[in-house]
Amino acid sequence: MTVAAIDAMINKLQLNAEGKLKHFITIEGLSKTLLTEILDTAESFVGITDQQIKKVPLLRGKTIVNLFFENSTRTRTTFELAAKRLSADVLSMSISTSSTSKGESLLDTIRNLEAMFVDMFVVRHGISGAAHFIARHTAPHISVINAGDGQHAHPTQAMLDMFTIRQIKKDFATLRVAIIGDILHSRVARSQIQALNTLGVAEVRVIAPKTLLPAHVETLGVSVSHSLAEGLKDIDVIIMLRLQKERMTSALLPSESEYFKCFGLTESKLKIAKPDAIVMHPGPINRGVEIDSKVADGPQSVILKQVSNGIAVRMAIMSMAMQPQGGMQ
Amino acid sequence: MLEINTLLNHLETELQQTLDTRKLNNPLMIGIRTGGVWIAEQLHQRLQIDEPLSLLDISFYRDDFSQIGVHPHVKPSCMPAHIEGRDIILVDDVFYTGRTVRAALNEIFDYGRPNQVVLAVLIDRGGKQIPIAPDCVGARMALAANQRIKLTGPEPLAIHLTTSASDKP
Repeated sequence: MTVAAIDAMINKLQLNAEGKLKHFITIEGLSKTLLTEILDTAESFVGITDQQIKKVPLLRGKTIVNLFFENSTRTRTTFELAAKRLSADVLSMSISTSSTSKGESLLDTIRNLEAMFVDMFVVRHGISGAAHFIARHTAPHISVINAGDGQHAHPTQAMLDMFTIRQIKKDFATLRVAIIGDILHSRVARSQIQALNTLGVAEVRVIAPKTLLPAHVETLGVSVSHSLAEGLKDIDVIIMLRLQKERMTSALLPSESEYFKCFGLTESKLKIAKPDAIVMHPGPINRGVEIDSKVADGPQSVILKQVSNGIAVRMAIMSMAMQPQGGMQ
Repeated sequence: MLEINTLLNHLETELQQTLDTRKLNNPLMIGIRTGGVWIAEQLHQRLQIDEPLSLLDISFYRDDFSQIGVHPHVKPSCMPAHIEGRDIILVDDVFYTGRTVRAALNEIFDYGRPNQVVLAVLIDRGGKQIPIAPDCVGARMALAANQRIKLTGPEPLAIHLTTSASDKP
């Protein structure tokens, strides 16, 4: 199934009859109003870290299961912390995907967990459409949050990036944002492009070698550059992407050192962008491959701020998806 | 007609008496958003408390999330880092069912364990549903379910009593 076809199907599913969030599978099709509501709600959750007891009782008595069919450190732990800070009971499962009959065993896993009275699944899976598949087949009272599916989408990462950008730059309308690196394999980039365009930035520019860009990438609403030195001009926000070696099945690059020479972000290249440009990276970072340590740890880097913001943004999305879904008021 | 200054005068007197009898030491004043903060600002000035006023938004502690969900424009609470062992004056505008105060107490205790908490409200309108009651009030009045007290402010601060046709609160 094509990615566009998946998106079209999901749109009908992730909002309820009142237009409220029920599942969070993709940014595609969500309105600017809804994305802004997520950012505003996340804003309210930031202060909870100041409390001695870093918890609010919103989701007390709810059970959330993190289903991770792919490795993750940041995403899983921040989802887990977010659930705990909302007072939900949370269970994190790392499941190997070695089984050949994935569809069937996945449904069986879901049915078993449903029988344990679960209220929400947070799903990461190597196959595009996995979270949507679960959302379609799970019991009606259960919400599903996509924590990354194949090369399709990683919407909570995109929202925490939007939150971080808004926190520092305030207004999206004037911003020029560059996304640099392995766009081809990046579900993060897809979700970021959709979110940035929905929130109405002035420009989204992708900078990458031709081999790491999907065909017809312009149709996503981006401008394209194949040179870091040229592409970084007038840029306010720089988003570096990790080289996803584990997803590369053919020789797309001569070598890592060659890649770093052309597309690695160094201090001197950073100077080409606007002086107050911020540097972002969804992590994990490959130092010396896509980004120099001096930039990653430098004053313009907001990489660790992104991680902290991940908790508040995921709290917002979880609590919104767990709101009463019509007919209960 | 409810005259806000008369109510504030009375509340201030009662609060001062309570502070003396319960021997509140260097009290921290906390206003509950939004109306409670306006009343607290007035009392804070009248009692000449040096320490800045703290603000509490109880939205995440309400007991009706399963009915109405989360409010998107919750303002962050603004509380000092340490309230462990402190004496606290909690201020709200109207006391009705008691549920707001329950939520506020829960939130306060998530910041630390205070020594004592005194509850001051401008108006106790009657109708409590849980065993919580104010310590100091500007006025007590028994209102019907279809009557509402609304505070407008902060400048000028005024109080309005309205009666709706429906008896739903």
